[in-house]
Amino acid sequence: MEQTERTSVGQPEQRIDAVEKAAGKVKFTDDYQAPGMLHAKLVTSTEAHAYLQSVETAAAWKVPGVRAIITGETFPFHIGPILADRPPLAYEKVRYIGEPVAIIVADSDYQAKQAASKVVVTYKKLPIVHNVQQAFEASAPVIHNDLGEYTKIIGNVYPVAGTNIASRIKIRKGDFGTAWKNCTETISETYSFNLSDHVALETRSARVEINPAGKVIVHACTQSPFTIKKVFNQFFNLDVGSVIVHIPMVGGAFGGKGTVQLEPLAYLASKAVGGRLVKLTLSREEDMTTAPCRIGFDATIKLGVDHNGKLLAGQYTFLIDSGAYSDQAAGITRAAALDCTGPYHIPNVWCDSYCMYTNHPFATSFRGYGHPELTFAVERTMDKLAKNLNMCPIELREINTILPGHTSPTQAVITKNNIGDAQKCIALAKERIAWEEGERLVGENGKVRAKGLSLFWKTSTTATNAQAGAILTFEADGKVNLNCAAIELGQGTKTVLGQIVAEKLKMKLEDIHVTMEVNTQSDPHQWRTVASSTTFLAGRAVYAAAENAIGQLKKTASTVLQCAEEDLEVGGGRVYLKPDPTFGVEIKELALGYKFPNGHSIGGQIVGVGKHIQRHLTPMDKNTGFGKPGPWWSVGVQAVEVEIDERDFTYKILKAVTVLDGGTIINPMTATQQMRGGMYMGLSYAAIEKFVFDHNEEVENNDLRQYGTLRYGEQPEQYTVDFIETPAADGPYGARGIGEYGVIGAPAALANSLSNALQVELNELPLVPEYLWKMKKERRQ
Amino acid sequence: MKLSNGKGKMVAPLLINGEIHDVIVRSADTLLPILREQLGLTGAKQACQNGDCGACTVLINNQPSHACLSLAIETVNQSITTIEGLSNSPMQEAFVNNWAIQCGYCTPGFIVNSHALVTNHPNADDNIIEEWLQSNICRCTGYEEIKMAVKSVLKTSSE
Repeated sequence: MEQTERTSVGQPEQRIDAVEKAAGKVKFTDDYQAPGMLHAKLVTSTEAHAYLQSVETAAAWKVPGVRAIITGETFPFHIGPILADRPPLAYEKVRYIGEPVAIIVADSDYQAKQAASKVVVTYKKLPIVHNVQQAFEASAPVIHNDLGEYTKIIGNVYPVAGTNIASRIKIRKGDFGTAWKNCTETISETYSFNLSDHVALETRSARVEINPAGKVIVHACTQSPFTIKKVFNQFFNLDVGSVIVHIPMVGGAFGGKGTVQLEPLAYLASKAVGGRLVKLTLSREEDMTTAPCRIGFDATIKLGVDHNGKLLAGQYTFLIDSGAYSDQAAGITRAAALDCTGPYHIPNVWCDSYCMYTNHPFATSFRGYGHPELTFAVERTMDKLAKNLNMCPIELREINTILPGHTSPTQAVITKNNIGDAQKCIALAKERIAWEEGERLVGENGKVRAKGLSLFWKTSTTATNAQAGAILTFEADGKVNLNCAAIELGQGTKTVLGQIVAEKLKMKLEDIHVTMEVNTQSDPHQWRTVASSTTFLAGRAVYAAAENAIGQLKKTASTVLQCAEEDLEVGGGRVYLKPDPTFGVEIKELALGYKFPNGHSIGGQIVGVGKHIQRHLTPMDKNTGFGKPGPWWSVGVQAVEVEIDERDFTYKILKAVTVLDGGTIINPMTATQQMRGGMYMGLSYAAIEKFVFDHNEEVENNDLRQYGTLRYGEQPEQYTVDFIETPAADGPYGARGIGEYGVIGAPAALANSLSNALQVELNELPLVPEYLWKMKKERRQ
Repeated sequence: MKLSNGKGKMVAPLLINGEIHDVIVRSADTLLPILREQLGLTGAKQACQNGDCGACTVLINNQPSHACLSLAIETVNQSITTIEGLSNSPMQEAFVNNWAIQCGYCTPGFIVNSHALVTNHPNADDNIIEEWLQSNICRCTGYEEIKMAVKSVLKTSSE
């Protein structure tokens, strides 16, 4: 696309939502009230694996204000985004503690809560599957007896009936067996970490009403409004067009609001009260353990090199703890497999990635979609391999970096247009973390300062027909409204899309009115706001819409100015003659059609439309993984410097560095926000976050007092963010996706720095002082 | 102020953002649902209802308080300030100018708390700032921009 001087793209334009948000005036989903609205409350399972013998509701019905009580018999069918394996309300069986068993609908919130506490559920306990290793054993209790019968919603899911394997994804590239034998040095390492949570500050909330004509009106905080329509169509047999979804701005999502869980429950609740408006908002405790969480992950990685340290062979076995249902964990199983090597060129790759059922809360997408986890395993192994080879860990990475001409694990060809420049990223990150000054230094205070680094990559595994559309309507004053179904969840997408339109139309960002809310009835279809794909997909759509509008403006203007369209240019609120810019007409004269002095009018209003669909993506071959999974890879390097006190194993994160090649950066400040926030999220996850389960597999820390997140003052003392901008040929103005990338390498970089500091191998998360102390003690013994 | 034990409700006058508002209060009601559902003051967010995240922070007599833990009936005769009562305050501007806002859900609580911080400690050092702001959770920013916002207001007010 054109390379001229840009006025909006590349500029740190202020976010268009900041002022409203600072004023506390933005209305999120749960902020709406309506007289007569009913409130729903869930009754949830207290057993991890059990048959439901009875659900007694008589006492609950006696609570004043109760209007309906719904149990699993109301809808005894399975739903799910990839494999339909989950009844929205438990039916016959429960599979995790926190699973919805019944819904109470009452006049007020407190009445619904009171009634929920009076429902008596009788269970017949079944043996529990406690972890993925146990789940994998042939003798393990089977959690889904009907696994072979479930409907596949998308193709790339391979459940194994009679086991707890919800899906198995295979990658076979080259000849791993032979290559392994030819390696001069090999390494095999295992890694394990527990499930955890998104902790978006806004808990999930949905409101549904069914109007007398059969229209189902949904208000939700979701990343996937069109998927809600699809799910309601598939499972409730409703016309897609009768389901209308409204999404205000979303209070953080991080992948957790990408799947459809709450809305079907709110629909069943509304249906039970004759279609009246019902609101279902989750408490924090429910949001953490009833709604889907983040996967757990066990990995074994084997790498082999030749005498020069060049990687020849890699074998990767992932056991992904999906919890009770496969949801997006089945997709993560695939995504982790297809990028299993990290950004390294390895000619012989063998990967088995398993999506495993356990009796934990079920997992869904989380920012990074399996990549922070796989990157942790790969990058820890690289550091250890470098040690074994007596090589600088950066040099080992440098000589094995994936480059144009190589192929990915699924044998997709890497070109200079579809990948960022990893080597440039390494060089700059080295400088930012002052690598040459030393990896490990003992300070005068006796504390150890150490550094660690991680490369990372990711592609966006969207649907192969993922797409977006956009509509631009012009106002009488010549300014522009932008409507599209990209969802603002804090990432600044609406600002960035506005900038693309402003740039193309050569207008100011303030003259582009971007509709912040999404309404599926008036906005064109967009796949979903996930997978770091919105700047790319919706960005291309708004770019095309602006081009389309320019064509219309020129057409009307060519009549007004009596000249050829190709001699005209649009900019500065005018359409003008290229050789004589003073000769032109203002856009406001054209926006609603041009009116001549005699009253005759032409052209009509300017309505720009645009769309974009992914090109040439394919599913993966079942036996080898062969396929083209995503449009491009963004690559980057992250590095961390820590200071640790070996007396009590507490540590401070002194510095966190990101260098990312995200293609052209549309807005350097929103992009920096994403990287800093991503680093924080990845470091918080790695440092302290995990679900703690008791022996019944109940989450013991299901509130924000006990579930730790790094708080103010615990963040790195210094963040540095740099972008290498190798333009992506396909992206709007050369942009690639960046939203998830700040998270991906942070856990590995932290673990590498702490492993360096303590001179032990840290293969688990989270990296709490107690774990560090234990590992150091073991080494001493 | 007395309220019959258990089921009773009463009309109570609350002083919010300088205005008296009559609200209906049950004995079990905390301030948060009263603000949100009866007065439409939804800037204070319900994110944990346990005093853990600070998203519901309001000022009661100029001290930051969790609206989710304050019994509504106990706030009668107190002066309550919500984010809506701080319009055009320097702290709001500082959050905008320092890019301290992403999804915006924690923002009102953070701004109210930070506003109280600079009012109560115009010369706050890093330790005091940390002690005050540890009560609030932000999942988007990584806190760096929030630190810059608070410091920018402290700097201006100390000059």
